Formats: sequence, structure tokens, C-alpha cells
Amino acid sequence: MTTAQSTPAKTATPSTTATPAARVQNAVIKYGFIFVTVALFLYFALSEGSFRESATLLDTLRYVSVAAILGLGVTLTMAVGGMDMSVGAVAGLGVSVAAQTMVVYNQIGTVAIVAVLAAGAVVGLLNALLIVVLKIPDMLATLGTLFIVQGLKLVLVDGQSITPGMTLDDGTTAPGKFTEGFLKIDRGTVLGIPISVLVFGGLTVAAWVFLARTRWGRVLYAIGANPEASRLAGIRVGAYRALAYVLSGVLASVGGLILASRIGQGDVSAGTSQLLEAVAVALVGTSVLGKGRPNVWGTALGAVLIGIITTGLTIKGLPYYTQDVVEGAVLILALVFSFTLSKRRTA
Amino acid sequence: MSPTETAAVSLADVSMAFGGKTVLESVSLDIAPGSVVALLGANGAGKSTLIKILSGVHTDHGGEVRVAGEPAALQSPLAARQLGIQTVHQRIGEGIVPGLTVAENLVFEELAQRRGNPFLNGAKLLARAREIQAGLELGWSDALLKRDVTELGISDRQLLILARALATRPRLLILDEPTSALSAAEAERLFALVEKMRDDGIAVLYVSHRLGEIDALADRLVVLRDGRLTEDQAKPFDWDAALRAMLAQAQEATTARPVREGTAGEVALSLRGVRLFEGRTPLDLDVRAGEVTGVVGLLGAGKTELARGLFGAEPFAAGAVALDGKDFAPRRPADAIRAGIHLVPEDRHADALVPGWSLAQNISLPFLKSLSRLGLVNTAKEDALGRDTIAALGVVTRDEHSTVEELSGGNQQKVVVGRWLAETPRVLILDEPFRGVDIGARRDIGRRARTLAAEGAAVLVLSADVDEVLEVADRVVVLAAGEIHLDAYGEDAERDRVIQTISASV
Repeated sequence: MTTAQSTPAKTATPSTTATPAARVQNAVIKYGFIFVTVALFLYFALSEGSFRESATLLDTLRYVSVAAILGLGVTLTMAVGGMDMSVGAVAGLGVSVAAQTMVVYNQIGTVAIVAVLAAGAVVGLLNALLIVVLKIPDMLATLGTLFIVQGLKLVLVDGQSITPGMTLDDGTTAPGKFTEGFLKIDRGTVLGIPISVLVFGGLTVAAWVFLARTRWGRVLYAIGANPEASRLAGIRVGAYRALAYVLSGVLASVGGLILASRIGQGDVSAGTSQLLEAVAVALVGTSVLGKGRPNVWGTALGAVLIGIITTGLTIKGLPYYTQDVVEGAVLILALVFSFTLSKRRTA
Repeated sequence: MSPTETAAVSLADVSMAFGGKTVLESVSLDIAPGSVVALLGANGAGKSTLIKILSGVHTDHGGEVRVAGEPAALQSPLAARQLGIQTVHQRIGEGIVPGLTVAENLVFEELAQRRGNPFLNGAKLLARAREIQAGLELGWSDALLKRDVTELGISDRQLLILARALATRPRLLILDEPTSALSAAEAERLFALVEKMRDDGIAVLYVSHRLGEIDALADRLVVLRDGRLTEDQAKPFDWDAALRAMLAQAQEATTARPVREGTAGEVALSLRGVRLFEGRTPLDLDVRAGEVTGVVGLLGAGKTELARGLFGAEPFAAGAVALDGKDFAPRRPADAIRAGIHLVPEDRHADALVPGWSLAQNISLPFLKSLSRLGLVNTAKEDALGRDTIAALGVVTRDEHSTVEELSGGNQQKVVVGRWLAETPRVLILDEPFRGVDIGARRDIGRRARTLAAEGAAVLVLSADVDEVLEVADRVVVLAAGEIHLDAYGEDAERDRVIQTISASV
């Protein structure tokens, strides 16, 4: 994933090999995924009446918003040639921190939000410290943080889920509860659109502007494509890599906020399934638009694609536990697109 | 070689091209058994290609390779080894397998190709390893043979690789820069081994840029330049002729010395007591504005260390630098760039270009800040800068949106040079700016360097090629092993004198 990155500005693939077969292959690589998504969407929509309801569609988006936002963070770290495995754990930590703040310490939702975002930033800084300063390979460092954060989350809540009205260690009853405002993050709507979906959309646009249109994003991609050339061009490579991990941590904690609002309690297992989904979404994203490199729209579309498939199959009556198999298959297919097919194209 | 004796390995009319660019052009060479043939050549002369053909890595070459008089098909590294051609590569790390013992590494080739019984017999393996080390008189104890190979020092690893290659009783042994990681004493040990091999009738192709070693070891010396064999000498060697064949352009290719366009200005960079290598005398050097200072030296002379130190990429171990009279100690390239010191690095692919990016994006990378407002990159401005650079340096390209991969080497180099012209540099350092660059691009880049100097910049050109430097520089500094051996202007920096200084400094 570090070989052929570039910024999303005009780098249209030169069609020097214009044989019909090559052109078809190029089209398949570029639009194949979108085509599959649309085809599946139509199939589900035509065969299942309930799939057509707008509530179902919004629910699908609401469902994928957490993995998608986590995936945006993973995309940022992939842009600098790294990887963040800790995003799911950070989201889980966010759930516990939110619950702890509101239920145990009886604080308002705003305080909880600040606490959760701060926790995400701290984990991001820890990742940056391990990777940039201590030079541990990204995958291993963030895997280590994953375990620490997951453990920390359990320590924080004494290994049990925090629910409003639960009995605390000192025998008293937990004074607080999830505030109405906080619960609205996932359950409330604006103009009929769930707030979590709006957050997902807003962050996608923001991340796209940041990564594709600003000099900071340009620099992140440069570091991912050639770190030494970036350093010799006067870029503070370490600082920018640290930035990517901190942003990833903060984005993951935003995912945690949505998750906490959705669950409405401090579920100890929250965030576990989001890790793999987020990484999968970002990897699918590298191939969705045939770019072969991490990009924001790819990640967002990849998330929506996975959402459509899982919702559609659920409506079709496929048991929930086959979901992982399906998601895995989609990921592998995406990787075939980005590695096998695009390699052959350039060969 | 007497006419009746069959060459161990001979090349007849061997050619090779990569993507239309000729790398080797009808090279013919007979290597006699029991002789050490030294192969010399500057970077990019085709040495590695020749080695790769002989070791079975490059198979689509023209001409013929004969082994012991018979036409041979070196279709794979394995085929080459089976025909008795063993190669010891420069990077020792490529040869040893960490996690295995010294003994297992010694017999690794036999292990890897073994058929049948999949279980290892420790005792048998150790016996074989013992036999190999005894044959070379390495004097390695059983205890050492049983240790993990990573516990060996770098010179012992080198010996191990050599021993493994020799265990197969090769016809031809290729040694690629075998002493680059060894100390003088360790190298001596290696030389003794090489001499023993020669006495055993093994042919040795010895690739090195250390002329002293070659002088002591080799029976014969051949020089490769731009893909052709340009020199073939038997002992005793005429070093002036050899270096001329290796470093200097054919006479007709050289142009007249440059005429100074500006007047030599004040000292821009002043180096005092800068130590390029451990244990070498520190050097003092003043680089003046308004002129091009050329630094000539062989590989390993310290040119790249000098360039990277001034640019803050690898700060000097000792010494002080002043820029326009003020102390200057860049801790990272960003510091140097801010001070107006720009570097065109030696390896444009590894150190300068971002793969997959367009020309405009590659050019703007160091100066994105001035092309942005509120962080948003102004792509119209960026494209304009790209077009300006293309025009200023005559980059041959479709437009500023072409990716760098679509350009030829010379045009890629123009992009790397051109990126620093967006803001007029105070000091421009060009490290091997003409490597892999055609003559037209070389002229364009050289002219640009002279114009910059005329406009008042201090330009530092570092190269192993004497003529390249003479073509562009007002002043020539000869560097060898981190020390200055000549520092001369104009007529005093005459070609033969420069070459003689280099060969005397070896």
C-alpha cells in the first residue's frame, strides 16, 4: 500500500495501452466496485419490499457510520504508509469513558463528549510515541495499544458494564444516567436524517478536504509514498506521522461517542467488532475507485457497500453470524482488485 | 593466458538493454582459471548488469557466455551456480539466514537443494561444516559453528559467505565490493583467501573501487565505462590510464571550460574542522557565492557525506559551519531549506521523487506553504510553477500533469533540480547531478547551475566524473577519503592534473 500513492489531484491513468481488453480491464478496476454496489442495491430493492423503505436505508447508513468514521482514521494513517489497528479499541474505550462520566460521575453530555475525544487523542499520542519516537513498526505498535486500551477499558469499569442505577463499589447507587442530549447523537434526527449519519457525512467531507485539498494532506501522502524524499524536501516527517495517529485516535473516539449513544450503557464488549470492519472498510476503500491507494471517498463508499450487503442479506434471512464471512469475502475481492488486477495492468 | 588454455568463463559480444537504453554494449572478456581479474567502473557503467548476467539473474542478453569452452545457458541463479559460477554480493545481509546456526548457514546451499529425507542430521551437518571451514583454514571451533549466525561479526559473516561459495568448488567466483564493510586487518584475511583460491585454479572476478586492493591482488584489470570495455591491462597497472578510461569522457565529448560569468563573491559557506570520516584529518573549505565549486572524488571519497552534512540530512560529527558569517548547524533538512541551502540528492528515485505524482506536484513539494492559503493548495498556482520549471529547464514532457514515471532519467533529474529554483537558493548543492542523464539534459542542468551562480548563488557540484565537473565548475576540489588533495581555479585545475591527483591519493 506504500508503493503507488499519490494525491487525488489530476493523475488520470494514461491510457497508453488502448487495446479493447485493456480498456475493459481498466473500467473494471475503476468502476467495478461501484457497479457491484449498484447492482446489489437494485437486486435487494427489487426483490425485498422492506429494503426499499427509506427508514431501512437510513438505518443502513446509521449502522455503518461507526465503522466508516473509524475507517477514515485508518485511511489517514494508511496515507502516511502506516496502519492503526487500535481504532476499535479506542471506540470501545470511548463507550466506557462516556458511561463513566455520565453515569458514575453524574456529568452532563458535553463533558462526556470532551472526555471521550480527549481519551482518543491521548491514545493517538501514545501510538505516535511508540511509532515515531520509539520506532516500533506501526502494525505492531497499534496492536499493542489495542490490548492496553482494551484492558484499560475493563479496569476503568471494574470489568462490568455500566448501567444507570447500578450499584457502585461503595454500596451507593450510580447517581447519573446517559443524558437525553447524548442519546440523541445516534437516535435524534435533523430534517429526518439521523445525527450520526450527518456526522459521518460531515467528517467524510472534512477528511476529504484535508487529505486531498490541503498541503497537510498532500504532505501525508508524500510521506507514505517516499518518506526519505519528503524529509529531504524539508518536511518534518515525524510530526506529520504523529498528526495522522492523533487524528485517527480522535476520529475513533467520535465513533465511540456514536456507539455509546447507540448502546445507551457502558457495554464492556463495545468496539470489538468495529476494529476489523474499520480496517476492512479502509482497505476496500483503496480499490473502490480503482486508485490503489487510501482515499477518503473510497473508504466512505466501501463502508456504504458493506452496509448494503449486510443489511440486504439480513433482510434476505441470512443469519447474522454469516455476516463476518460475507464481509471477509468482500474484503478479499477488494484486495484482488487493488493488488492482483492493478499489478497486471501496470506490468 | 596461453592460447591453448581454455577460459574458465568467457563472454562474447554480450549486450544488454533496459527499455531501449543500452547498458552493456558488445562486451567480450575471457577469464582464465587461476587468475584474478579486477573489474573497475563508475556507478552506472554496467558492472552490476554484467555480474547479474553471469550469476543468472538477467537472462535476456545478447551475445554468448561460454563456461569452460562450452556455450552455457545461465537461465537462473541456480543454473549459474550449477555451472560453477558463484557470486558473493556486496550486501552480506542477503546471504546469511538469521536464526540458523553458523554450521547450518555454511551448508545452507546443500540444505536448500537437498531431496529425499526431510529430517536434518545434526551430526552429519556439523561434520560437513567442519570440513568446509577446515578447507579454508578459518579455524572455527565447533562451539562457534553451533552458535546463531547473528552472533558473528560482519567480517566473519563475509568469510562465511565466501566459504559457502567456495565449498561448491566453483570455476568462477565473483566478488562484488567484498571489502566495503571490512577493516584493514579483516580485509587482509580476505586477500589471503583470494590468493589461495587463485592458487587452487579458481578464476576470480574482483569488483572494487579500492584501487590499492586491486593493485595488490589482481593479475589483470578491465574497465567498464558506459557499457563498453574501455581498458584492459595486465600487471603492472598504469593507473593514470585506467582512471582516465574510467572517469573521463572521450575527449571529443568535453566542451571548453566555462567562462566565469559573475565575479567570485564573498564566502557563503565556511567549513572549519569538519570531519567527514572517523579517524581522518578534518577539512576546512570556503564555498564562495557567484561561482560553481566542483568537488571530484571516487566513490567513498566523502562527497555525499559532505552534501548531506551541509543540508542537515546527516549532521557532521565534528566541526563548525558558518553561512554568510553566522553559525549554521542544521539539525534537519527543513533548517537548511529555510536558510536557503538546497540539495539535489545523489539518488533521485530514493531521495527526491514521489512516485506516481505529477511533475507539478513533485516540483511544489518543498514550497507547498507558499502555494497555499489557509492550508488549501492553490492548484492553479502550482500548475503554473510546474509550467515555468518545464520551460526554464527544457523538460521534455506532455505537460505538467504527467507523472514522473513517464519521463526519461534526464528529464526526471531536471525536475529534481528545477524544484529548488522556485525560490532562489543561497547555496545549491548538486550531488552527482549528471548520473544516468543524457548529454542534452546534462548541458541544460549545467547551464542552469552557471546561471544561478552568475545571479549570486554559491553552487556546489559533486561528482566522480572529472569531465562533468570541469565542464561546469570555476574551481575544482579533489576529495579522497574525506580529505582535500587539490583546490584549484581555472587553468590550474587542468584535467591531467586532477586525474593525477586522484590516482596519487589512492
